[in-house]
Amino acid sequence: MIAILKYNSGNTMSVQVALRRLGHDSVVTSDPEILLKSDRVIIPGVGEARSAMSHLRERGLDSLILSLKQPVLGICLGLQLMCSRSEENDTECLGIFDAVVRRFPPDERVPHMGWNNFESLSGTPLLKGLEPDDDLYYVHSYYAELNSDTKAICNYILPFPAAMQRDNFHAVQFHPEKSAEAGARLLKNFLEL
Amino acid sequence: MLKKRIIPCLDIKDGRTVKGISFVNLRDAGDPVELARAYAEQSADELVFLDISATDERRKTLAPLVEKIAAAINIPFTVGGGITTREDVSVLISSGADKVSVNTAAILNPPLIAELADEYGSQCVVVAIDAKLVDGTWVVCTHGGKRVTTLPAISWAREAERLGAGEILLTSVNRDGTGEGFSIDITSAVCNSVNIPVIASGGAGSPEHFREVFAETGCTAALAATLFHYGIIKIPELKDFLLRNNIEVRYSPLARTETWMRERQRIVNKNKNN
Repeated sequence: MIAILKYNSGNTMSVQVALRRLGHDSVVTSDPEILLKSDRVIIPGVGEARSAMSHLRERGLDSLILSLKQPVLGICLGLQLMCSRSEENDTECLGIFDAVVRRFPPDERVPHMGWNNFESLSGTPLLKGLEPDDDLYYVHSYYAELNSDTKAICNYILPFPAAMQRDNFHAVQFHPEKSAEAGARLLKNFLEL
Repeated sequence: MLKKRIIPCLDIKDGRTVKGISFVNLRDAGDPVELARAYAEQSADELVFLDISATDERRKTLAPLVEKIAAAINIPFTVGGGITTREDVSVLISSGADKVSVNTAAILNPPLIAELADEYGSQCVVVAIDAKLVDGTWVVCTHGGKRVTTLPAISWAREAERLGAGEILLTSVNRDGTGEGFSIDITSAVCNSVNIPVIASGGAGSPEHFREVFAETGCTAALAATLFHYGIIKIPELKDFLLRNNIEVRYSPLARTETWMRERQRIVNKNKNN
């Protein structure tokens, strides 16, 4: 069973239909028992960091996420919540990745919205079959700083992690569920981990 | 590099596309879902659905349609037309729309933009501006371009950004439907006045018009309707043309042609040498 974390942010429906196109059913849930037992957990995300983190903490979902042993995939805000801290309303985050989330500089065109490719791509099973030329769909105003868990770099204004991995925790800044064939490939890779 | 986006726009009335299309073999050219899928396969980068139903029935037909579109396509899409309240937006977003576009309602009630941005995030809120050149000044029109206001388009674009809009869809009413090309002056002026992405719209009649608007303004996307629906330009051919003219665009792996491979390499080499 694939669990999509239900919290106060997130485009859970897009992720769910993208999985369905790949032939997989999923459940949108915040039930700790279901989350712990599921084979895969996806933390989707469109929204604001501070309210998302308060929502997770109030329900004990922050420590639950940290205790997960199965493959976990954070998407967009999901990636940012997995970092140590976000400049968005000065928010303490989950601390899975040792990186601060910063806002793109002022006077630049933000959000970074649209299709962008990889500047560099290193080995991780999540990105199997993807090429540096593959464009994926981004929409975000904040980015994680480059860090030792960075597996792929995207460049907009400055280089930032497109994908990160530490143990069973995977995270991508783009939206695979909206990224046509390349995004579907990534989701398929995640399901096959 | 961030690619320039090509966005077909579909007019929807009572759950059906209004203008038929002639470029692909579809069982039902009036079915927005089938049309959306065809465009996505041709490497359209996003889609915009504009509901032009005038009846009170619109909400009943639109939400289920949005759900079907969300299930069928794997690229982002915006839904607009007649959105006046938070409730309208809530239904569309929860049905699977990635963004909503507001136009007249935002002009009549600007705080709506801030309300929507707070609730759904700026990235969901597209402010559509219909601009018309009247006595040497670009002013904003409401009600589908029919009513001219005295509000200057540039100040309205700035205000929309300040209130939390994530993107501006700028249509030149003077050029819309003419095929004479995008209005470069107002597109450029708006792009230079805001720091959010701007979609150019109105007037596309040839691949050269897309090249021109991307090369000469800061817009990050261009939208067209008739041109695509009648197959005057096919999206992969348009992208080939743009790439040959040093405008970087996205190709789906399915649409990657030899031209694409060659031109892509040429641009990479050129950037390396610079």
